[in-house]
Amino acid sequence: MKSFLGKRAIASAISLIGLIVLVFFLSRLTGDPTALYLPVDASLESREQFRELHGLNDPLIVQFGTYVSDLVRFDFGDSIRRSEPALDAVLRAFAWTLQLALITMSLVIVTAVIVGSLAAFHVGGVFDRITTFFSLVGASAPDFWIAIVAIVLFSVNLGWVPTSGTGTLWHWILPVAVLFIRPFGLILQVVRGSMISVLGSAYVKTARAKGVRNRPIIFVHGLRNAMLPVITVIGDQAAALLNGAVVVETIFGFPGVGKLMIDSILQRDFSVVLAAIFVTAVAIFVMNILIDILYAVLDPRIRY
Amino acid sequence: MGETPLLEVRNLSVDFHTVGGKVHAVRNVSWHLSRGETLAILGESGSGKSVSASAIMNLIDCPPGEIVSGEILFEGQDVLKMSSNARRDLNGRRIAMIFQDPLSHLNPVYTVGFQIAETMTAHGTPRVQARSRALELMARVGIPDHEAKFDAYPHQFSGGQRQRLMIAMALALKPDILIADEPTTALDVTVQAQVLALLEELQQETGMGLLLITHDLGVVAEVADRVVVMNSGEIVEAGTASDVYHDPGHPYTRKLIAAVPGTGEMAAPLETGIKPILEVNGLTKHFGSFIALDDASLTVLPGETVAIVGESGSGKSTLAKTLLRLEEATSGEALWHGRDLVTMGQRELFSLRRDIQMVFQDPTQSLNPRMSVYDIVSEAFAIHPKILPRSQWKARVRELLDQVGLDANHMNRYPHQFSGGQRQRIAIARSLALEPKLIICDEAVSALDVSIQSQVMTLLTGLQDKLGLSYLFIAHDLPLVRDFAHRVIVMQDGRIVEQGPVAQIFEAPRQTYTRNLIAASLHPDPEIQARRRSERLAMAGD
Repeated sequence: MKSFLGKRAIASAISLIGLIVLVFFLSRLTGDPTALYLPVDASLESREQFRELHGLNDPLIVQFGTYVSDLVRFDFGDSIRRSEPALDAVLRAFAWTLQLALITMSLVIVTAVIVGSLAAFHVGGVFDRITTFFSLVGASAPDFWIAIVAIVLFSVNLGWVPTSGTGTLWHWILPVAVLFIRPFGLILQVVRGSMISVLGSAYVKTARAKGVRNRPIIFVHGLRNAMLPVITVIGDQAAALLNGAVVVETIFGFPGVGKLMIDSILQRDFSVVLAAIFVTAVAIFVMNILIDILYAVLDPRIRY
Repeated sequence: MGETPLLEVRNLSVDFHTVGGKVHAVRNVSWHLSRGETLAILGESGSGKSVSASAIMNLIDCPPGEIVSGEILFEGQDVLKMSSNARRDLNGRRIAMIFQDPLSHLNPVYTVGFQIAETMTAHGTPRVQARSRALELMARVGIPDHEAKFDAYPHQFSGGQRQRLMIAMALALKPDILIADEPTTALDVTVQAQVLALLEELQQETGMGLLLITHDLGVVAEVADRVVVMNSGEIVEAGTASDVYHDPGHPYTRKLIAAVPGTGEMAAPLETGIKPILEVNGLTKHFGSFIALDDASLTVLPGETVAIVGESGSGKSTLAKTLLRLEEATSGEALWHGRDLVTMGQRELFSLRRDIQMVFQDPTQSLNPRMSVYDIVSEAFAIHPKILPRSQWKARVRELLDQVGLDANHMNRYPHQFSGGQRQRIAIARSLALEPKLIICDEAVSALDVSIQSQVMTLLTGLQDKLGLSYLFIAHDLPLVRDFAHRVIVMQDGRIVEQGPVAQIFEAPRQTYTRNLIAASLHPDPEIQARRRSERLAMAGD
């Protein structure tokens, strides 16, 4: 197990380095930041001064060298827009995104697992049909549309919740609810499918022959086996949320990492973009390792 | 019959609603079981032999199943009229069941100790008490080091131990009836004998009624008092095990008894002085530090059937895979007409693949479900394009299907549209497509019913006579080998422990291992089996 974790950590570090190199050069292809930052009628001298100040005049390879040596010290440089260290801005935004992702995924997992398992118990029953219908609708509805409709309905017309921003508990309700719908539909379907095949398995037959009640058959014998394929999908969906739910964060004016990243890309604030990519990548690598550990915890046949 | 039997099934009929229409799984089935008695339900796949047991345990899903009529009386009460909660309460406490494949019937993610104790906790036994009783049971069914094994998982046990654990689980609450559905089919012969002996012992201890569902006349002969023979959902014959074997009344029973291998004439060895087509010297295969195959040497003559027998893990399949280069040998040589298969380059090996073909155990898995029979058989010509021009493929496939006894007009059908025996014929036709000299059959008929088995064996023998084929026949079923092989090789723990002409191995085995193997295989005649059993007990007593 320890050597497995070591290997995974090294593999993750290598991919991370590759990612950093790729992103640095790709972001330099998007154009000259001076054109964006300075007024159209700015003089050549002031443009030159700006370039000199931010090291944009050095050859690319020198810029990259400076960048890497800074990185080793976890110094991503300052944000051009915000005049604060890029990493600070990113970590602040990431904390918001992490909270949003954690709350949403916890709700999704608990509800999808329970509802999906019960739907699987009576395949083709009324409960199964209703949940299948709504989960499919949820999984296929575009979230920007749901977000806008929700704002119009619940904030503008009914006035129950604020339209955007953060601050009170009420501010969280709409973003969480909108982000909830799609992963809920998807994971519910995976739980249901996985549970149907598990409930048809030979060991469930044994449990019935032993006289085990229905509830432990589903939630003891069934669930732990059914969760194995589900975890993979959960990881995938959680990764999407950690990356920042760009559209939803933008619509609700939620100060998460997705919104920060989009803003920084538009403003060519390279150091922030890089720091944001770095932080979310690390988070996703950590989460994948946690998922691998979870596999081994759930299934004693998996040993690394 | 004076007293009411413990369990009685009366005129039970069960239908299954399928896409293809209604299937009558069992029709008007009646039988009874008394305390301390062993009743066997004998039948081939699809005979409906398990359906009444599933109905007793409430394991039939309705729909698609439907209990059309009949009663199941347990101590005089019709369980079909009970509430599902009352029936759940009977399960495990009064009536218990064990199944064919213990690995898939044990939950892979829970410890065996938990699963045994669960039978008791599900019926209200306190956890601590259930745990100590589970430990007792594990010791009773013969799990070595049972205290430490309490927290082990099913995959950490051998097949025989898993079935013992299933038995412990089933008998935890001392049920009045144990239903055993093919309990030893997946086990080696020596392990089968031990498990059957354990069941009998426990039956004598507890006085439970034992309902044994099986396809194996040998198992019936070994343990059953009475037997019910089923064919396509109906009981065709019932009586004591001895009466049914010696004086079968129904043609189906007669056919079933005639198909049991191990009673025919043994083949004489081929004459000496013929040059072998395959000569294996010192073939060895290591998997890490595990020696799967150790210094195996053997020869195969043209037109000869060499059987390799041994229990699971003895290295039979590793030998076959190494010969086919599906595994690379660690050392040794295998000379095919003087050329070494083990060191041969890929190009030469490719042309040689024509000569050596393989037929696998499970045709359902070894045939691609998305390819038609024509595609499956003609694929060989596509891989080896120089053999046959495309214009002649169809005619050749037709010829091959004729040869294996299939209707050539069905060549555009898919594997799932055929029965198990027919599928194995397709696999044989595929292996014959390239006119091989040697066919390696890895448990090629083990998954088939006895009557189908004998048809396929007749086919293989006929092909050998006509085409001069050699077979390397890997099997665990000794009676089958006895009827079919010229020469027998016995393997144990990766080594060849004995080899010789079939008559010598079966009539004068030199090794104790071989003797035990032969003694453990079951004869369909209850009298002969009773005699063998007393011999075996005497041997064990020494």
